[in-house]
Amino acid sequence: MRNAVKKLYIALIFLFLYAPIATLMVLSFNASKTRAKWGGFTFKWYAQLVHNDDILRALGNTLLIALLSSVIATVIGTIACIAMNNMKKRTRTIMMGITNIPMLNADIVTGISLMLLFISFGFRFGLGTILLSHITFNIPYVILSVMPRMKQLNPSIYEAALDLGATPVAAFFRVVFPDLMPGILSGFLMAFTMSLDDFIITHFTKGAGVDTLSTKIYTEVRKGIKPEMYALSTIIFAAVLALLLLVNAAPEKREKN
Amino acid sequence: MSKELIHLNNISKSFDGQMVLDELNLTIHENEFVTLLGPSGCGKTTTLRILGGFATPDTGSVVFDGQDITKLPPNLRPLNTVFQKYALFTHMNIAENIAFGLKIRKKSKDYIADKIRYALKLVNLEGYENRMPDSLSGGQQQRIAIARAIVNEPRVLLLDEPLGALDLKLRQEMQYELIRMKNELGITFVYVTHDQEEALTMSDTIVVMNQGYIQQIGSPESIYNEPENAFVADFIGDSNIISATMIEDKLVSILGTRFACVDTGFGHNKPVDVVIRPEDVELVAPTEGILTGVVSHLIFKGVHYEMEVMAGGFEWLVHSTALHPVGEKVGIRVDPYNIQIMNKPESEDEEAVAVDI
Amino acid sequence: MTSKRKWLSAPYTLWSLVFIIIPLCMIFYYGLTDKTGAFTLENITAIATAEHARALRLSILLSLISTLICFLLAYPLAMILANMKVSQHSFIILIFILPMWMNFLLRTLAWQTLLEKSGVINSILTFLHLPNINIINTPYAIILGMVYNFLPFMVLPLYNALSKIDENVVNAARDLGADNLHTFFRIILPLSVPGIISGISMVFVPALTTFVISSLLGGSKILLIGNVIDQEFTQASNWHLGSGLSIVLMLFIILNMIASAVFDKEGEGSML
Repeated sequence: MRNAVKKLYIALIFLFLYAPIATLMVLSFNASKTRAKWGGFTFKWYAQLVHNDDILRALGNTLLIALLSSVIATVIGTIACIAMNNMKKRTRTIMMGITNIPMLNADIVTGISLMLLFISFGFRFGLGTILLSHITFNIPYVILSVMPRMKQLNPSIYEAALDLGATPVAAFFRVVFPDLMPGILSGFLMAFTMSLDDFIITHFTKGAGVDTLSTKIYTEVRKGIKPEMYALSTIIFAAVLALLLLVNAAPEKREKN
Repeated sequence: MSKELIHLNNISKSFDGQMVLDELNLTIHENEFVTLLGPSGCGKTTTLRILGGFATPDTGSVVFDGQDITKLPPNLRPLNTVFQKYALFTHMNIAENIAFGLKIRKKSKDYIADKIRYALKLVNLEGYENRMPDSLSGGQQQRIAIARAIVNEPRVLLLDEPLGALDLKLRQEMQYELIRMKNELGITFVYVTHDQEEALTMSDTIVVMNQGYIQQIGSPESIYNEPENAFVADFIGDSNIISATMIEDKLVSILGTRFACVDTGFGHNKPVDVVIRPEDVELVAPTEGILTGVVSHLIFKGVHYEMEVMAGGFEWLVHSTALHPVGEKVGIRVDPYNIQIMNKPESEDEEAVAVDI
Repeated sequence: MTSKRKWLSAPYTLWSLVFIIIPLCMIFYYGLTDKTGAFTLENITAIATAEHARALRLSILLSLISTLICFLLAYPLAMILANMKVSQHSFIILIFILPMWMNFLLRTLAWQTLLEKSGVINSILTFLHLPNINIINTPYAIILGMVYNFLPFMVLPLYNALSKIDENVVNAARDLGADNLHTFFRIILPLSVPGIISGISMVFVPALTTFVISSLLGGSKILLIGNVIDQEFTQASNWHLGSGLSIVLMLFIILNMIASAVFDKEGEGSML
């Protein structure tokens, strides 16, 4: 009985979280152009998506920025973790405090602060400024997922590698790095996801004429969202879901985080 | 022996299809120090959890002082537990930790204050009331965990490997402390450990378990001197376990040589196992021994020398204060009283284990 | 060796200086000056004007309500999840992060479709002979949007904090005589405080400062403080006023940061 109540509760929460997603998926097959009416089942939005250059360009920008920003953030963040691990406690606390600023600060404040920076120093608004901004808010995600693994790391394994004749660099890449890998990977994925989903910071740091999917959708809100957008989102979501199921179904035992 | 307090009747328990306890029966007496001893996975912790109320047996019943408490939740049981790794409440100070159970029972402030003082005195940590658990050493946290349990005046204290996380010196010290506390409190202790030395030092009664079955119940002396099967012999201390044949009462053939013994009732020409403790093997001049052999290994162990002697095709483990260098020819003799005859194992759980844990 | 390692911190130190510290200083610079560059507090005191004060009050009210709802919804959920002993800790996190792969704006917009007069939810309610709800373009819809978007940020820290509680600590409380209620209020709740604080700040700050949810679900009439600031920057181009109002917002954020620093020293309540 109590178990049934618990399961029902979980089910309701998931219904709440996933209902809008299901709605969007349904809308992507809706022949009617307005989302208020069901006009029958169609694949035409998927077909038209291929010819919608605007959306495809926004998609390209989104993916490019997500990929570049998460890769760069992962590199900088991981190096920062290694550096911070060797710092004095005080310095490390200060660095972690600074790391927490973009996490705890409001996106709107981060967005306008970067916008003011770019204006004041004469940056040309465009993909470059979006990229810099995304790297900035992605680094904390990487640090926060790598740092705990770093702390768990047994310092002796690095020394053991040196003792067995490895150079410091080799010792790091052959012994320490593989141990950090799960943290690095989850940091990267987190950063990629956050970049992909970001609207607010992009909104303040993009230039005219340059759009990511988020900003494109925002400008379309008043005119009405093009159904191709639903089709594209459905494809992205389905692809990620399929990928996750594949990874989870893989027989190898994956380490708990 | 004093009055019977707890009965575990036909307790079975399995997890995910894996049998952990199989038809276990055990009686615990009032004021007894009982130790459940065995390797990890033998079911000793599960037995303790069933006593504490943290696990429900699949079948069987737990009877406490004539009352069936099988289904009684832990908060209503007249027993208290000292958990592995202490499980202190990290958000409360020491006094609050100790007072926890008393506050729930709505005891008066004065009573609680008295009890805290008494308990801290008992565990030798007076003046620690306002410290936080995190600021204490492992041994101190352990004492607080005991104090927290005993202020509730349980009739039985359950202890789940309480000394496991402490270093050797502290462990030995705490063993004496525990015996002292038990005598002072006059209550029953049920103690779980995989450490045979702890079990032998503290217990009135040892329950040796393996693979969900009780192998032997007895006093430390009887468990050590008269193991009932190869598992017990092997798990408790070092031993020579040798396949042998019981020719008749009081006469056994070991490695083809006849030895006098004191056991009776095993029948005629019946295959048995014999256990001979290494300190019971006497090394004498080759002519005076029942068997002769050659010393093959020698290690100095501090109190004694540990030697291996190849004799009759068997490598005998021998402890002796007298030194016999490697290569020396020696005779082996065993006092009849020191030959313990056991039936051959009837199941896997009664067999000797390869590695002591 | 050690000196070489010190250089490793250079890229990130430089990066955070240029892209975190200096930009924040820029906000203070703009917020505390007027168009001529002279020092002024006007941009900050502008919060007291009727229009801005109303927006701030509404923002605080709505974000407090949604934080409370998130907490009430998330705590039982986190407890259930933590007790399920799912071997794959990351799987739980994944389920809550997965929706982010569908664009945040689209997901929020989908609530329009669900909430409309003749939308999905009302159709179901009609079918069940229940009264319809008409909350689209009202503050209620904004609260719903906030709860929907930020619930995962409440669930994950709570789940993390709760699953870190040693099972034996809970058992010890029961062993010492505590019933379910006692165990919850005396042990589980206090031990999950880091997660609670972290969850609250993870929900409260974005809810307080959002301008997207209000403009998507609140119609164009309801202005939150986020909408006001957004307009100053993107439409009125009054960066000084926008920055001044942001400084006011940051006061709340800093309070939040202090609270999390005090209650969550070990980072136990972190999301990941």
